Amino acid sequence: MRTSTHGPRRLVVLAAVAALTTGLLAGCAEDSDDGSSDSDGGSGGGGKTTLTIGTFGVFGYKQAGLYDEYMKQNPDITIKENVTTRTDVYWPKTLTRLQAGSGADDIQAIEIGNIAEAVQTQGDKFVDLGKEVDKSQWLDWKTAQATTKDGKTIGLGTDVGPMAVCYRKDLFKAAGLETDRTKLAEQWKGDWSKYVGVGKDYMKKAPKGTKFVDSAASIYNAALGGESERYYDKDGNVVWDKSSGVKKAWDASMEVATSNMSSKLKQFDKPWDQALANGSFATVACPAWMLGYIQEKSGDSGKGNWDVAAAPTAANWGGSFVGVPTAGKHQKEAVALAKWLTAPEQQAKVFAKQASFPSTPSAYASLKPQAATTAFFSDAPLTQIFSDSAKTSPAQIFGIKDQPINTAISDIGILQVEQKGKSPDQGWDAASKEIKDVLGQ
Amino acid sequence: MTSSKQALAHSAPSADAAPGSQPGAARRAHGRGTPPPGPGSWRSRLYRWDMKASPYAFIAPFFIFFGAFGLVPLLYTAWYSLHNVQLSNLDQQTWVGLDNYKNLMSSDFFWGALQNTFTIGVISTVPQLIMAIGIAHLLNYKLRGSTMWRVVMLTPYATSVAAATLVFVLLYSWDGGMINWLLNFVGVDPINWRESTWGSQFAVSSIVIWRWTGYNALIYLAAMQAIPSDLYESASLDGANRWQQFRHVTIPMLRPTILFTVVVSTIGATQLFGEPLLFGGVSGSKGGSEHQYQTLGLYMYDQGWIIGNLGKASAIAWTMFLILLIVAAINLLITRRLRKSQ
Repeated sequence: MRTSTHGPRRLVVLAAVAALTTGLLAGCAEDSDDGSSDSDGGSGGGGKTTLTIGTFGVFGYKQAGLYDEYMKQNPDITIKENVTTRTDVYWPKTLTRLQAGSGADDIQAIEIGNIAEAVQTQGDKFVDLGKEVDKSQWLDWKTAQATTKDGKTIGLGTDVGPMAVCYRKDLFKAAGLETDRTKLAEQWKGDWSKYVGVGKDYMKKAPKGTKFVDSAASIYNAALGGESERYYDKDGNVVWDKSSGVKKAWDASMEVATSNMSSKLKQFDKPWDQALANGSFATVACPAWMLGYIQEKSGDSGKGNWDVAAAPTAANWGGSFVGVPTAGKHQKEAVALAKWLTAPEQQAKVFAKQASFPSTPSAYASLKPQAATTAFFSDAPLTQIFSDSAKTSPAQIFGIKDQPINTAISDIGILQVEQKGKSPDQGWDAASKEIKDVLGQ
Repeated sequence: MTSSKQALAHSAPSADAAPGSQPGAARRAHGRGTPPPGPGSWRSRLYRWDMKASPYAFIAPFFIFFGAFGLVPLLYTAWYSLHNVQLSNLDQQTWVGLDNYKNLMSSDFFWGALQNTFTIGVISTVPQLIMAIGIAHLLNYKLRGSTMWRVVMLTPYATSVAAATLVFVLLYSWDGGMINWLLNFVGVDPINWRESTWGSQFAVSSIVIWRWTGYNALIYLAAMQAIPSDLYESASLDGANRWQQFRHVTIPMLRPTILFTVVVSTIGATQLFGEPLLFGGVSGSKGGSEHQYQTLGLYMYDQGWIIGNLGKASAIAWTMFLILLIVAAINLLITRRLRKSQ
């Protein structure tokens, strides 16, 4: 057997070696290809410039047709979007590429939880966009979050996450509660613990199989979004365990977790999707980007039953930036595209498509959500509710490990209390231990 | 040892000194008689060189790839594990000696992860292999549509971890999951599969079992079909029933195969990662609010890519590597002992 296959086997081996070598060479050659096309684009010659933009989740640019529009206006530009679904996969990948000085896209999206890390550790890897734009177009705190200590703006604000409360009118009615959005907002105005109070009333006459809220962690995040003090102070020191904002938000979430008013779900999990579809919780803390989720996941059964009321405190949860890495080969074109994508008119278009709320106040006057969205949420004045919240929410300081600290509190501390019946003190201790590990203390 | 030395000597350029002992030289002399000095000696040298170097060229691709994607990262990880390296600042590496390892040894999370890896490994591997032998035994009978059954057995193995785990997440859902719904009929209260300690470990193991049982069953089946049928004939002449045949003929004959599957499953269990990560859903790298199903693989991922402490993550990686070496050594010992007892 061995001798008879000797000839062909040798051929196969040779072919394999040849294939591998070609692959390797092609891999090495790729860079130089890019380089040559760069000189074409730079000289304004006939060559087309391909810009890549790295995003996560559903950014909405493609959905709102912005790429097509830009390519129509600039025939020598081709835009390619590289989407990574999860931010916790997207960000480490982006960090390594930025530092390697290769592999990064021409434009990179940055989530708010990572912006401090980008500003403090990757400041020199991004083009200063502050000089390129009129910064006063954006909400002050939005630009401030993307600005380094020496005044360099590494990212332009895309959307923000102004807070409201989404609630099911039908369930509120069945529980004998107020259903009018203005009156409800009055009832819980000023403090999330008042909102928890409404929840206690709801649970007294709750329709069978329903709870007041999806999870305690969502209330934590919503309440924390309205506090000026989070996990870090101005000088970049970790102050999470002394922070008044964290304390307030923690207390509100503990009231939820210990009073049986929560569906005890993890947000964005499959069971959470199902619960939205089944309508098994009556309210959810509702940053503007949440509208799209609710509309999609609860489908026809939720249409007209959901309504939106102002949140207890003006708050922000989420939002993103786009930056232009200096390693990119088409910086000029990339800056132009980033500017265009984040201009008020384009932000308004993204809002119209999927309710990502603009970070540029001048867009607010002309904002018009999709007719279907307005109808889904009982004709609530979405633009007004969210722009009020966006304009008055406090400036927040983020820190390098903001994201992992937040995960430790919501997915360790709060979850233990909510799902495993631990006491709030035990939950706090577990979160502390986790955060110590995160900070390497 | 001696043979490898010879091979090395052959490849050395100084081997010209003794052309008579070279296979190339011998063949040349045989084929062509005495070569003319000029171009002929160049050609023969080329030929000799081809004989010596070609084998190395042929095996080179593997070693180049292994070096670039296996060995260098392995050594680099060792280097990282002795430094404080943050994902956000890869260029700044501060020497910390064995601090990362000391940190691990005193970390509850690490010991927890090690223990979880072990328990999940045991409760997934043991039932899996026992079931696989049983299934293989059944498939070994003359069955109608035997090919179909074998294909069916292999289907779980062919599904992606992600797809399978997502389905299992829904089945094990606390509120409205099918398993809790079924338990409800027998009067058992709904179990929080994800947050309870044994529940979550059981759930993760069940995904592993579901995916790998068929694969192992097919390996056993292949080995069973290689057992000569006269062994069974003589056993039945001696009056052995089916169970006794299985115990005293099949199992002993399968011993090498069983060892192979045990080794492979052990390695798989030590590296368990995808199933618990996806089972946890959002922030699955924590492996539950009390890290109750956080395996070593997950702990490493969480430290390195979520928290961004690459130095510590590298230390975990090396510790896992050492653990695997120990496991391999134990396996070897057991194998030797079994062979001797045979």
